[in-house]
Amino acid sequence: MIDYLLDPAHWTGPGGVGTLVGEHLFYTAVALAVAGIIGVPVGLYVGHTGRGTFLIAGFANALRALPTLGLVVLLVMVLAPVFASGLAFVVPSIAVLVLLAVPPIMTNTYAGVRAVDPAAVDAAVGMGLRPLRVLFSVQTPCAMPLILSGFRGATLQVISTATVAAYVSLGGLGRLIIDGRAQNDYDKMLGGAVLVAMLALLVDLTLGLLGRVAVSPGLRRHAQAAG
Amino acid sequence: MKTTEAFGNQTAKAARPRVKSLALAAALISTQALGLAACGGDEAPGGDAGGDQSAQSQKIIVGSADFPESQLLATIYAQALTGAGFEASTKLSIGSREVYIPALLDGSINLLPEYTGATLSYLEASAGVSSPEDVAAKLAEVLPEGVTMLTPSDAQDSDVLAVAPETAEKYGLKTIEDLAPHAGELALGGPPEWETRHEGLVGLKEVYGLEFKEFTALDAGGPLTIAALANGQVGAADLFSTLPAMADFVALEDNKNLFPAQNIVPIAADAIVTDKLVEVLDAVSAALTTADLIEMNARLDAQESIDDVAADWLAANGLG
Repeated sequence: MIDYLLDPAHWTGPGGVGTLVGEHLFYTAVALAVAGIIGVPVGLYVGHTGRGTFLIAGFANALRALPTLGLVVLLVMVLAPVFASGLAFVVPSIAVLVLLAVPPIMTNTYAGVRAVDPAAVDAAVGMGLRPLRVLFSVQTPCAMPLILSGFRGATLQVISTATVAAYVSLGGLGRLIIDGRAQNDYDKMLGGAVLVAMLALLVDLTLGLLGRVAVSPGLRRHAQAAG
Repeated sequence: MKTTEAFGNQTAKAARPRVKSLALAAALISTQALGLAACGGDEAPGGDAGGDQSAQSQKIIVGSADFPESQLLATIYAQALTGAGFEASTKLSIGSREVYIPALLDGSINLLPEYTGATLSYLEASAGVSSPEDVAAKLAEVLPEGVTMLTPSDAQDSDVLAVAPETAEKYGLKTIEDLAPHAGELALGGPPEWETRHEGLVGLKEVYGLEFKEFTALDAGGPLTIAALANGQVGAADLFSTLPAMADFVALEDNKNLFPAQNIVPIAADAIVTDKLVEVLDAVSAALTTADLIEMNARLDAQESIDDVAADWLAANGLG
């Protein structure tokens, strides 16, 4: 396994580790972006208004129970007649990753907004801020630590699951795992698994550092005390 | 997998001392090993299993692998034999070849439907033959002592290179060779192992000179490959000749015998082989065609009972 990873020939070229890591991160980034576009507004809305909590409690948690691999095969079969090109593999792969990433982002955003000190919200309302200003100037920044931890959790899950893309012919580090198993090349397979784990840890660490920068300094002590 | 294979071989050779050491090594394995060894012991103590029982009184137990087509074939054998006055029962879904061949050798079962090429590569990894006649001849040669191969059927469940009917018409394709000038325009779909396997991308290039536009790693004749071929994500794909989906595609003839033949053949323990048994099973093999299997597999996919499908086929062929 070590030999496999240390062989420079395995790192370059169209099927090399470099390309695969790039593809892996690309699927992850697209899935997280789409999941953020869906999850954050819904979480903010439900958290701010208190309406539609069933969306969080029921729907988001039900999404977590979907079997990713089964779903990706099903979606390929459903979408294959729609897209004649390779999109028939790309769209399902991204879609299952989005479904995986939405619940943690959505629930954390909601929980973050709900957990904002009511005194701070009252003060903002008392100062005459309109509801949207309250949401964006007070609730969202205060909820930022939890929103970011939602993204962090989602990223970890998506990176480790983006391997399914390889099951439907796409790239990413899953290629090494799936090809390794099929070709009886266990060094390749194990190398792929280790790389996925390392990539997940690295990205998680990076996001942790980014979180420190993104969170308002006023919240920092509070966030550390709470979490 | 490795463990199963290892103790399977031992059971076959009745290597008691090593079974004992295994038993010490792992409680779980020991239970299984002793169980199987006991089965073998009952039939033929201390020697090659199932060798010298009287043929007439022998009950026939037809085994099968754990997929529908194999179960169907075993059921057909059992029903045909019962119809001819034999006392035959089935033990379906035993598992993979690594499990059911040892079971055949130790007498737990004594008849099996098999595929010539796959059995040959199980017994001898690099046999280097691929035409139906060569594979059958070589298989007969390497079969372990105590079992006999009957006459193979023309029906085959082999790898096929399939294309959509429109593709075949557009380029005028009949054989894999015909594809050579056009392969560069098509993506090829197949299981990931095809990329490195001789009976795959490597052989297609070496034997036929095919260089595809790209290789799309999908599944082994499963829903992904079928969907991709039907909808044009790939232009050609690896499928199996008895898949119900083959009714919608064109199988290109493997005129240079790249893919080893996979004719269906009954393999029987010597103990049960009689002229009458051979006559019954030869009649089944002679009547069976690849098209029949496609049709019957489609019925099995539609959740029809194996017994009914087998009985209907036997009746339709005057063998019931």
